Amino acid sequence: MKFNYRIVIFALALVFGIAFSMPSLFQTKEGKKITLGLDLQGGLHMLLGVKTDEAVKSRIKSIAASVKHYADRKEILIDNLSFTATSVSFEVLDSDDVASFQSFLSKIEGAKVVQNGSTFVVSFTPKEIQKIKKMAINQAIETIRNRLDQFGLSEPHVAKQGKNQIVVELAGIKTQQEEQRARKLISRAAKLELMAVDEARDARVYNMSPADAAEYGDVILPDAKHPKVKYLVHEIPILDGSMLTGANVGFNKNNKPVIDFKLNAEGADIFGDFTGKNVGKRLAIVLDGKVFSAPNINERIGGGSGQISGNYTVLGAKDLAIALRSGALLAPVYMMGQRSVGPSLGADSIRESMIALAGGFILVIIFMLVYYRMAGLIANIALIANLFLLLAIMSLFGATLTLPGMAGIVLTVGMAVDSNVIISERIRELIYEGKSMHKAIEDGYSNAMSAILDANITTLIAAVVLYVYGTGAIKGFAITMSIGILASMLTAILGTHGIYDLLEKKIGKSKNYKFWFGIEG
Amino acid sequence: MEFFRYKSAIDFMGKSKKAIMLSITLMLLSYAILLTKGFNYGIDFAGGTIVQVKYDKAAPIKEMREKLKSNKMFNDASITRFGSADEVVIRMKSTSKNVAEGIGDITRKALQGTGNFKIRRVDIVGPTVGNELREKGLMSMFLAIAGILIYVAFRFEWRFAVASVVALIHDVSIASGLVALFGIDVNLDVLAALLTLLGYSLNDTIIVFDRIREGIVESKKMTLRETINDSITRTLSRTTLTSLTTFFVIFTLFLFGGEIIHPFAFTMLVGIVVGTYSSIFVASPILLWFGFDVKKYHTKLAEKAKREAEKNRMREQFESGVM
Repeated sequence: MKFNYRIVIFALALVFGIAFSMPSLFQTKEGKKITLGLDLQGGLHMLLGVKTDEAVKSRIKSIAASVKHYADRKEILIDNLSFTATSVSFEVLDSDDVASFQSFLSKIEGAKVVQNGSTFVVSFTPKEIQKIKKMAINQAIETIRNRLDQFGLSEPHVAKQGKNQIVVELAGIKTQQEEQRARKLISRAAKLELMAVDEARDARVYNMSPADAAEYGDVILPDAKHPKVKYLVHEIPILDGSMLTGANVGFNKNNKPVIDFKLNAEGADIFGDFTGKNVGKRLAIVLDGKVFSAPNINERIGGGSGQISGNYTVLGAKDLAIALRSGALLAPVYMMGQRSVGPSLGADSIRESMIALAGGFILVIIFMLVYYRMAGLIANIALIANLFLLLAIMSLFGATLTLPGMAGIVLTVGMAVDSNVIISERIRELIYEGKSMHKAIEDGYSNAMSAILDANITTLIAAVVLYVYGTGAIKGFAITMSIGILASMLTAILGTHGIYDLLEKKIGKSKNYKFWFGIEG
Repeated sequence: MEFFRYKSAIDFMGKSKKAIMLSITLMLLSYAILLTKGFNYGIDFAGGTIVQVKYDKAAPIKEMREKLKSNKMFNDASITRFGSADEVVIRMKSTSKNVAEGIGDITRKALQGTGNFKIRRVDIVGPTVGNELREKGLMSMFLAIAGILIYVAFRFEWRFAVASVVALIHDVSIASGLVALFGIDVNLDVLAALLTLLGYSLNDTIIVFDRIREGIVESKKMTLRETINDSITRTLSRTTLTSLTTFFVIFTLFLFGGEIIHPFAFTMLVGIVVGTYSSIFVASPILLWFGFDVKKYHTKLAEKAKREAEKNRMREQFESGVM
């Protein structure tokens, strides 16, 4: 007997299918599982737009502030300083000072300066505007994600969609109160503060009540990562996030990650003065009332840019940079679309689609058994293997099962048996023509192959288009259908053929066409 | 069990004129419905707000209407039953841009005093998103048809491709007409159903075409018309069976799958019936009318075989020469 490679592959696929679908079927702790879509487990899905023009406007505003600051410091007289949403304009009164302003303005990154005599108009190059807008969106995503991470829901999902939209998905929102909290968290402007640690009294922080702290003009703030660690800081912050223009991860002389941050003109002066007077003391970086870090001030930090060094990993530094940047939304967000499904509706959807799936499945199985007898049984084994394989592959990819995805599985059940129907019909035809059962099976498979492949590939084309152009739940439908079709090629074609090979001897001896293929008379 | 056993070819093409008349009538009717009544676009494409509310008893729709009048937001709200008597949806054209504002909360406050209820679902689609989805939807339909056309042309021949695409347009048109006629909410899932329908209907057509191609290659005596009749008859059993099993599962989905999945299941059900019909009575007659020249095809195949043989002979000569 020749080596039956088909049954070996089929058996391996079946074992693989059963093994990897177990975590999803029985919700074990270990192992990769299929995640349920928001429409099935309940939750909140929001599509947010970002008012990126506001980000440009705020950059323009800060240029206006630095122009004013520069003029004040250099004692240059300027007039008509004003700004619109896209440009700043002013006039230098003494023509001797024009050159000084020219060199100052040329240092502003991405600025487009138009000079008409002693009048300057500063705006941004189109490239810079693009950059600002892009940054505003990325920053909004980071901010929202950052906030939601602290919200305490399992796996909040925040991602960019298209060029300038943000998708926020919150699974497992149970109550209206929770939803309301999440909405407020997303839409509000978060507060970042740089605060001075009260070094004289910080040692006693664990023995102080908030009222005690207030007496010294201090507040007690918990550490962000370890809530039990407390800091005593001066209540009036040195700076707040509105004065921050950027924060990035850099590396110091020892090649350790640090955070380079930039302050606007006003912040730079305040910060320079403060750090100069407080070398050796700690500066608490506070986000939403929690201390993210409290590094030592090593020296005076002038020029509005500085480094925060500490015992950071690259990732830790990155997180801190994000926290710094996510102080306030550079640009406000607005609602473009929302889907929220209550948990009870999700549970109903699961129950109803399970009934439909089970009902359809049983109908198909009985039908195939009655119509094809043994051949039907073999097709049914392949169908069951197909379902396991589909679940296993979806689990391994961590794919999301949505309500349309459920419909996709139901449809796969209908379509997967199609391959076996085509094959069985071919075999029957060949038997009518007088071929032996063994020969009919071999030829039946090869005759049916081109039709099955063409049919499956065209359906796959439609599914891929659906995946590329579909959104959310519809993508789920495309995924289950595509995987179902691919898996059916393995089970319905190769697998059933392998089973026939296994039964080759019995089939060869038998003349019972009715038992094997349901042929009457 | 057997439905059909092949004895002799049934003359399907003899009935094709009547069938095409029926198809053209149905298509024209569908276009008339689509032009006059039009799709009942759901919020996915039209934009708007949907709030699904479930009561613990029959929903007091009249009372709800009265209560909703108190808030301007619900000015254009319409309330309709959803599945059971307990459950309703409130539909509005307006959308809110405010992230912090929960429409669910507002609705709950507005409906206070109408009984025990739960807000089960709130969907909001802003106008820009609706437009984008509609464009993407049309684009996906177009791309799917184009992709299928190219594949079939590559695997068969251009006449087969055109015939199958005409059948697809026929199916989608009639299915769309029925969706419009019954006022089904056209949302993303209906679009998905229409696209699946493309794939499904094409399955049927391809199974028949595959047989026709096989018939053309194998039997040199039959005319194209005879080959087509023969092929359809031979695949009739499979066509019926697969359509039935798929129909069964979609029908259970339609019956038990819940109200949300209804539009999808309805579109698929219609599509399966139309798709099965079209693969027999639309795609094949068109192929016949294109006048696919069987003789020419045979010469072409023969020439190809000859070239192959020549190539092989040359290769053999070359190899033996080198050896």
